[in-house]
Amino acid sequence: MYSINVENLTKKFGDFTAVDHINFKVKKGEIFGFLGANGAGKTTAMKMMCGLLLPTSGNAIIAGYDMHTQSKQIRKNIGYMSQKFSLYNDLSIFENMQLFGTIYGIPRKELKDRIYASLKELKIDNIANSLVDSIPLGWKQRVAFATAILHRPQIVFLDEPTSGVDPIVRREFWNLIYETASTGITIFVTTHYMDEAEYCSRISIMSNGQLKLIGTPDDLKHRMGVESIDEVFVKFVQR
Amino acid sequence: MPALTVENLTKSFQGKVIALKDINFTVDYGEIFGLVGPDGAGKSTLFNILTTLLFPDTGKMTLLDLDVEKDYLAVRHSIGYLPGTFSLYPDLTVEENLIFFATMYKSRIKDNMPMIRPIWKQLQPFKNRRAGKLSGGMKQKLALCCALIHKPRVLFLDEPTTGVDPYSRKEFWDILKTIQQQDVTVIVSTPYMDEATRCDRIALIQEGSIIKIDTPYQVIQDFKGHLYTFTSENIFDLLKTMANCPLKCHYYPFGEQLHVIFYDDDDKTISEFDQFLLEKGQVHGEIMRITPTIEDCFIELMKMK
Repeated sequence: MYSINVENLTKKFGDFTAVDHINFKVKKGEIFGFLGANGAGKTTAMKMMCGLLLPTSGNAIIAGYDMHTQSKQIRKNIGYMSQKFSLYNDLSIFENMQLFGTIYGIPRKELKDRIYASLKELKIDNIANSLVDSIPLGWKQRVAFATAILHRPQIVFLDEPTSGVDPIVRREFWNLIYETASTGITIFVTTHYMDEAEYCSRISIMSNGQLKLIGTPDDLKHRMGVESIDEVFVKFVQR
Repeated sequence: MPALTVENLTKSFQGKVIALKDINFTVDYGEIFGLVGPDGAGKSTLFNILTTLLFPDTGKMTLLDLDVEKDYLAVRHSIGYLPGTFSLYPDLTVEENLIFFATMYKSRIKDNMPMIRPIWKQLQPFKNRRAGKLSGGMKQKLALCCALIHKPRVLFLDEPTTGVDPYSRKEFWDILKTIQQQDVTVIVSTPYMDEATRCDRIALIQEGSIIKIDTPYQVIQDFKGHLYTFTSENIFDLLKTMANCPLKCHYYPFGEQLHVIFYDDDDKTISEFDQFLLEKGQVHGEIMRITPTIEDCFIELMKMK
């Protein structure tokens, strides 16, 4: 069973091809790392997969729904967390989660219990009423993640979720990602930290709109004859 | 005399959020000095104070023999500043932006072309394009040209590589090296620990305090404890097992490896550890002693706090 099945996906802006016939499949519960140089087309590809942008040609089935005809269902069945926009600073943690939960149509009766269960798991239920503005960055990221999966999506898209956070929090965050994947939620993640790429079940590297390299971290290192994903990346981009 | 001296610098916001706590350091002429730490550590606040955009609560700063607070106008003419957010005029072309910044500093492009030529060469094909339409990497290079066009003696760069891919990051550090060679003192901040080794000296900064200042080599030399590494088939399963480890140690994943810091370094500790993993049925690679990276040092210093 595939959570993501992308076939010949292409996006052109005028005569510029941002995404050029990419193909890949992601299994349920996989942690799929999506790497590439700046401007390689990652964001455009991700926007299409999130149902926010229609492709020029090609198609993708995301969480069982067709990108061309069922973008609304796609949006309902995925979660999205961006490094830039996270939460409303002037609302409390609870209010933020309540807002997003309501938008996603979680029944009112169930919502409060679900929020507290999720905060308990993160061990921050005692500060549920604190304003988001007042909590440390590392916690904000965790709250943003919990919010993104509150409606129990099939897939969660994480766009550079750990950018700028300290090395310990970064590792705690990956533990959270792993726990979430083990419950069957598919993780689609971008990162510029190459050590994090090693935590993924499989990774892909995009370059000039094309997806040229895909495999397990071990497989790619072996294929390129190097010791680390960092070297794979540099070698690949240089070519 | 150092290029920059910072003494007892403190800054709080609205009297409650303490952004910087008693910061002290010096930067020598011609150094690349790195401020390394996560978001929220106080790096940008420190840059804003040093570039005369913000007053500190207490403290004294001397830059090129000038008092940063009293002689702020003279300081502004002597420094270049690349802020963390894109701050050029998106509706002006590449060339117009450069002319604008040169004029503001009463300087001319041709006077300082030698310094920026290597970077400008890459931008030249796009010189009539609006700055807002450039790619991220190109915007950054233009911003660097604009910060250098008046031949500053000290260049401040606030997180120039955040969100930039690993390959472009390496390129950017190569550029910084060539700038340093032209007698510019470079003060740069970054959240990426692996970039620390590109600096002559670094200050590790966390929650408004500097937790360590030295050369990257010496920071690594001063690592307390003994670092071991090994690979595992399933790093997250291993982490769960490690929660029950009876030996005194710190551990954390590092790519496909687990790093373990032991404070007692003898064969007995390692064989006991090996035994523990065996009992828990953890299949793993050879346990090897390794030299820490700056990231290991940062983690160790944070854990010790």
